[in-house]
Amino acid sequence: MAENSPLKTKARGYSVKTLPGFSVVALFTLVALYAPIVILVVYSFNQGTSLAVWEGFSLRWYQQAAANEAVQDAALRSLILAISAASVATVAATMAALATTRTRHFPGRTMIYALINQPLMVPEIVTAVALLIVFAAIKVWTGHTSMIYLIVAHTAFCVPFAYLPIRARLETMDNSLEAAAQDLYASRWLTFRRVTLPLMWPGIVAGLMLAFVISLDDVVITEFVKSAGQETLPTYMLGQLRRVVTPEVNAISTVILLAGAILVSLFFLLTNRRV
Amino acid sequence: MAETQTYQPGELEAEARAADNRSRWLLSLPAVVIITCAAAGPLLVMVLYSFLTPGDYGNVKWQFSLDGWTNIFVQRDIFDDTLIWADAHLSIFWRSLSLSLITTILTLLFGVPTAWFIATQPANRRQFWLFLVTVPFWTNLLVRTIAIQELIRSEGVINLALMKVGLIDEPIQMMFTDFAIGFGMTYVYLPLMVLPVYASVDKLDFRLVEAAHDLYAGRWTAFRRVILPLIKPGIIAGSILVFIPSLGAYVTPRVLGGGKNLMFGNLIELQFGAGRNWPLGAALSLMLMLAVMVALIWYVRVTSREQADG
Repeated sequence: MAENSPLKTKARGYSVKTLPGFSVVALFTLVALYAPIVILVVYSFNQGTSLAVWEGFSLRWYQQAAANEAVQDAALRSLILAISAASVATVAATMAALATTRTRHFPGRTMIYALINQPLMVPEIVTAVALLIVFAAIKVWTGHTSMIYLIVAHTAFCVPFAYLPIRARLETMDNSLEAAAQDLYASRWLTFRRVTLPLMWPGIVAGLMLAFVISLDDVVITEFVKSAGQETLPTYMLGQLRRVVTPEVNAISTVILLAGAILVSLFFLLTNRRV
Repeated sequence: MAETQTYQPGELEAEARAADNRSRWLLSLPAVVIITCAAAGPLLVMVLYSFLTPGDYGNVKWQFSLDGWTNIFVQRDIFDDTLIWADAHLSIFWRSLSLSLITTILTLLFGVPTAWFIATQPANRRQFWLFLVTVPFWTNLLVRTIAIQELIRSEGVINLALMKVGLIDEPIQMMFTDFAIGFGMTYVYLPLMVLPVYASVDKLDFRLVEAAHDLYAGRWTAFRRVILPLIKPGIIAGSILVFIPSLGAYVTPRVLGGGKNLMFGNLIELQFGAGRNWPLGAALSLMLMLAVMVALIWYVRVTSREQADG
């Protein structure tokens, strides 16, 4: 490594890693990345109705958002949707990850890979209108307009996100433990339940959380697939932006930011932990 | 021995492998079915819809027509029935393309120094800085777009600050302009540039940079002639990762660009809403997908050539 290079010790203070202006731009960028979010959060605690003038600290907009039935309804729907889509997607992704890792190439593996990653390759708006076309036909044909369409659509684009951390986990796992279990006459199922599953568990939880965040944040596909009156929190906020914006939107945003940040931090802890 | 079954050499192994393949396919089945039904399959249906006739109140009539595709570029004049270029569409394609390129260049200008800065920190601090860049990426895109809106509105933070200082008397109109879209997209897609460039800088062999300095290269020459070629894979990956979602962006231009400054994604939406021309919308979607595929194929070709060279 360059840290121990003779150059550095000889010419103290001269490092080849320094590039003029780079640190300044980098620090500016990092501040700029957070400044808009911080301003958004700060103004959610503003007493006044105006978004521009600071009139003192208050939780008024949080209370108003919490008491708003449309917000309650949308929040509940977002949660149900994210929980169902993320769980189904994680189970499917876990099975697919077990099937596609730790093996030599088998016929069809490339196709399975391509299919699982397909939602990541196509712009969301394209998937959204394709789903609109198909689901509109099904809705006319069956007359059925429940949340099931949203759950199916969300499950599909959650699968690749759940799949990535689970696959990464499986690929770095020590296979000798499973071999040892089988040597000790554990059946396949017992080996899976007592050895494989506990070992891959951090990957599964990470995948579940990632899928949950992705589903919770989705605007585009939800906007095109939802039937009338099926607002989720993001589509509700998008609708509000067309009207007069009040700090209520900031308050909802802050709660979503907080939930997302907590989940992402947990995700980081899970995937970076060395076992 | 009661029964002996004879096997050809390798037959048992082949059978075991076939059984293994079968069980692997069975395990993959749920994921494959879900994605086929709710992501890949509908794209094929969309190809069909692009060759149908628009219905009077949206949806389609089951009548073959090529109008969906031709309407992308030309439209029939309402008065004398002649074909004219669809100027509105062309200007939207141009806006999408140029704004995506500008976004890519801006994320490069800010992202490369950021990635460099993080990768040259002491090893124990790198994880923390990376975490700082990653968190905004995983937080809600709409919320981050709203945050930009707060910043650049007429009564937003930037205008208020500028007026207070006395630089301007009237608020500058930044919302609903191309500037707003470019600014917003640069902000929301920046982490996509930082992460792959970081991975490249992290792998960089700094002894080569030292060699350049030993050979009397200045910092700038060393950067241009040694560092830049070495971190090129990360720069290309980052550019693709920023360019593709910019081209298909929908939320950011809708919130920051408003009804007049449409991008490709908003033009598609329009055909399924007020435009009531689903076949045209389907054709436009497929065209966008094609553009993304071209970018991806270019990326794969460039990276495989790099690998072949290196």
